[in-house]
Amino acid sequence: MNFIIGILFSLVVVGIFVLIPWVGVWAFDLRYLFGIIVPYAAVATFIVGIIIRVLGWARSPSPFRIPTTAGQQKSLPWIKQNKIDNPSGTIGVIIRMALEILLFRSLFRNMSLEFRGGAKLAYEWEKWLWIAALAFHYSFLVVLLRHLRFFTEPIPAFVRWIEKLDGLFEIGIAPFAGFAAPGILISGFILIAALTYLFLRRLYISQTRYISLPADYFPLFLIIGIAATGILMRHMGVFMQFIFKVDWFSVQVVNVKELAMGLVTFNPKIPEGIGTIFFIHLFLVSTLIAYFPFSKLVHMAGIFLSPTRNLANNSRTVRHINPWDYPVHVHSYDEYEDEFREKMVEAGLPVEKMPESQTEDGSGTQEEAEKE
Amino acid sequence: MKLEKLLLQNRTIILKRWLDSILESYSSDTKRFLKKQSDQFANPVGQTISKEIGNLFQELLEGVDPARLSPILDRIVRIRAVQDFSPSQAIFFVFQLKGVIRKELNKEIRENRLSDELAEFESRIDDMALIAFDVYMRCREKIYEISANQAKNQVSRLLQRAGLISEVPEWEPHQKETT
Amino acid sequence: MSDVPKPEELAKVDHTSPLITGWMNSPVEIKKGVACYAGKPKNLEYVGLPNPREWSPLDEDWKLPDNWKEIILDGLRERLERFRSLKIFMDICVRCGACADKCHFFIGGGDPRNMPVLRAELLRSIYRREYTTAGKIMGKFAGARDLTVDVLKEWWYYFFQCTECRRCSVFCPYGIDTAEITIIGRELLNLVGLNIDWISAPVANCYRTGNHLGIQPHAYKDMLDFFVDDIEEITGVKMEPSFNRKGAEILFITPSGDVFADPGTYTCMGYIMLFHYLQKMGLDITWSTYASEGGNFGYFTSHEMAKRLNAKMYAEAKRLGVKWILGGECGHMWRVINQYMDTFNGPADFLEEPVSPITGTKFENAKGTKMVHIIEFTADLIKHNKLKLDPSRNDNLKVTFHDSCNPARGMGLLEEPRYVIKNVCNNFYEMPENTIRELTFCCGGGAGLNAGEDMELRMRGGLPRANAVKHVHEKYGVNMLACICAIDRAVFPDLMQYWIPEVGVIGVHEMIGNALILEGEKERTTDLRSEPLHGMEEVEEAEEVKKEEKVEENKDV
Repeated sequence: MNFIIGILFSLVVVGIFVLIPWVGVWAFDLRYLFGIIVPYAAVATFIVGIIIRVLGWARSPSPFRIPTTAGQQKSLPWIKQNKIDNPSGTIGVIIRMALEILLFRSLFRNMSLEFRGGAKLAYEWEKWLWIAALAFHYSFLVVLLRHLRFFTEPIPAFVRWIEKLDGLFEIGIAPFAGFAAPGILISGFILIAALTYLFLRRLYISQTRYISLPADYFPLFLIIGIAATGILMRHMGVFMQFIFKVDWFSVQVVNVKELAMGLVTFNPKIPEGIGTIFFIHLFLVSTLIAYFPFSKLVHMAGIFLSPTRNLANNSRTVRHINPWDYPVHVHSYDEYEDEFREKMVEAGLPVEKMPESQTEDGSGTQEEAEKE
Repeated sequence: MKLEKLLLQNRTIILKRWLDSILESYSSDTKRFLKKQSDQFANPVGQTISKEIGNLFQELLEGVDPARLSPILDRIVRIRAVQDFSPSQAIFFVFQLKGVIRKELNKEIRENRLSDELAEFESRIDDMALIAFDVYMRCREKIYEISANQAKNQVSRLLQRAGLISEVPEWEPHQKETT
Repeated sequence: MSDVPKPEELAKVDHTSPLITGWMNSPVEIKKGVACYAGKPKNLEYVGLPNPREWSPLDEDWKLPDNWKEIILDGLRERLERFRSLKIFMDICVRCGACADKCHFFIGGGDPRNMPVLRAELLRSIYRREYTTAGKIMGKFAGARDLTVDVLKEWWYYFFQCTECRRCSVFCPYGIDTAEITIIGRELLNLVGLNIDWISAPVANCYRTGNHLGIQPHAYKDMLDFFVDDIEEITGVKMEPSFNRKGAEILFITPSGDVFADPGTYTCMGYIMLFHYLQKMGLDITWSTYASEGGNFGYFTSHEMAKRLNAKMYAEAKRLGVKWILGGECGHMWRVINQYMDTFNGPADFLEEPVSPITGTKFENAKGTKMVHIIEFTADLIKHNKLKLDPSRNDNLKVTFHDSCNPARGMGLLEEPRYVIKNVCNNFYEMPENTIRELTFCCGGGAGLNAGEDMELRMRGGLPRANAVKHVHEKYGVNMLACICAIDRAVFPDLMQYWIPEVGVIGVHEMIGNALILEGEKERTTDLRSEPLHGMEEVEEAEEVKKEEKVEENKDV
């Protein structure tokens, strides 16, 4: 498997996933299938899949306390412990995990070296990895939360805040009278930029190119596809209609909301006025959701269970139990002494039992005497 | 010497090409790391090579002084001597400089009729290769010596105690007692 | 291969770039100088390890059992059920590459399979094939491959090129720990009798005699007596360490390397001197010939073997009726004690919470295992001004400190040794920050790789560390590399000899031995290595002359 095949394969697969709903809706009018059945199936797969995954992990115990200690341990009272990188209690672990999950702290370590080492270019790409990873995950989160507006009525205040924040960079194009472009939401663009960077980086850096699998390219392309179709709908629909008089990307938000609300209230229906592009978007999202539990994307759930991060370094204070512990053969002291007793006595080492030759009368003692 | 001036003028590009061709000997996945990682502690191999070939180049311009070349070569060869290279692979980098110069300065050398000077300079490179070979052998011998002593060192005191080795040449009272 | 290839061909041997072939299709060649010798059958038999036989990794036939594949796959399934770590690490890697250039073997050698992520993929690819739907259906497209003999050989070659140092795990955003993968990978290999001599021999020895070198009890005592003589000669004070003594308050356990090999022996002398010094102040301590090994090469074999060897510590403490255990300077020994021992062989309810008999300090962080690190113990003594020290006796040393991987990343013992060092010597210089503490570089010979036959591997693996030492050597004139690990003390002399011959290796307690002012000692002219002290060169020379004269006289008599 080389990277070219890996990329091509992933591209083709994503392409097929674009074509399926396109052809399905456009040629066969399978709106019900792609608008209702597929999303339900995907969400069901996701929920069941994640539960199976997490339960599967949880079923295997952590027999030993193996946190990676990345700072000073708790020892003597006058030595300052690094409570975050080497936590000895639950609070420390929670902070460590929070920093890891919210700020990708370990990835950040790469970049901090730059300042320490003093070399200018050092670790440059790693700094960008950290930034791109943050940008990707957070913009994705914002996009996700924004979509709550489709699933809730009334729309919660925090969703509106996020939208407002997201649209802070609103360019407010109003080139023609009577035309109001929807505000530009920056998160979608950041998402695509970050994904593009992550893809190019994977390709450009020989080490990552060498280790990358189709399973690494595929989700990148899939999410790029999702973001792209989303942006097309959001920003290009009205535009295209107005300029080119085509309704390729136009989607009536009201109708989409009707569909979404139908889905969440288990009262599904397919309203009119939803373009094919929406079904492509929805199908790609469904694919991602269904693919999630079976792919590396489960790192989102897995990180919470990672034993090198979520355990406190307190195994010298508190006994940690290994649930599958079993008795083992050991070489007991008695066996040891039996083998070496004579030599131990001779060397003046204390023994549990004196050699038979000395305790018994007769020959043993005689031998001793002869030796003397 | 005209060639010398030419070499000095093109120092940067020659060293860059030389480094590139040396790094070719590493796996392509490693190459980029060796080249890009500029923290000397995170990337001792790449940084040492790129630094020391500059020193070698400087020395060559001034002639061939084994006493001065040898320690510089040592820093590169010592690394390559433990990196899965055959002896010829390990010191091939010296000869690669010839190709780099010919390629980079081809036109200038022909136009200025410097081939005699070039031949002279190339013979310096050959001399340097001989020194590199000595250095390489020294490094390898060191490895064998260390491996051979390894077993002994692990139990040095025990052997000494058992009288199997005697590292202390002089007579000492307590040793006399034990023997 | 032809016998006389052209140099160009040779130099570009790696140029047929794996870029196009991908790593799964690039064959592995097992090389001398990197591969260790195979475990000998008698050693495997002694501890009941599977498939004992004569074999060599350089041979084509590794003499595997017929059902090797079944054994490995069953073993893998069992371990997936036993270790959440393994299961998670198999599933969640996103191959971001953050770990790729953090491994000392990759940095120093450049073999892409030494990138931690790829080392783990060696195992992951089989996991996917056997236990994931995608892997079963899509094969290589899902990063899966079949388990073959070649894969097994690749595992063996690369799991014995990992020193379980955990540096990569510090950088992984999910905490994926290659050490854990290597530990379990080696466990699997051992199921079909694939191991290395340098690990299986110490394991068998340790099981039988209590220590890695197979030193029998009387010889162990003999060695310590030897040190007592040396110490008396240097200091004029006679010491009496006790062995296997019932009723002592504390049991002392240290790696046997400290007893049998230089320069660890000097560290051992430091312990003896410290204990003697404290004896009058109320220290009641005994050595043991049965638990005469702090290190645990079982840990490099399997969790079970680690437990079997570790059992001796508590067993001996119980038999002797001590209150708690003090442990010497060692690396993986302390990872085992800190993260495994209580779970393996606890609860140590027959012991008491450790309290320093000298300072009264309760070692609360050790109240479960009841085992204290000697550096913690000594740091506490110094803090309470209980030791009379003359740091100037270490003035001929310019010291830097190497954080051993396991105490650093498997425990967090970072400040204690520095505190001690700064109190016993006047010249201390840190190496660059990205090479110390939790970012420390391995010595290149940990986890059982400190053999003689893999010297090339060790030299390149140790290069990042040596390079940092070289830096402080050139900048500050550092001539001594201090450490708190017996494997370090065995590995570094070789490493330094190759990269920076001007630098020696020293255990922290050797420096204490030098600096400690004993009651009734004569004026010291040499350090524990019998090298003249700073400013004492002339005195020492005169002494030597006197001695020689005396010897001459003796001879005449």
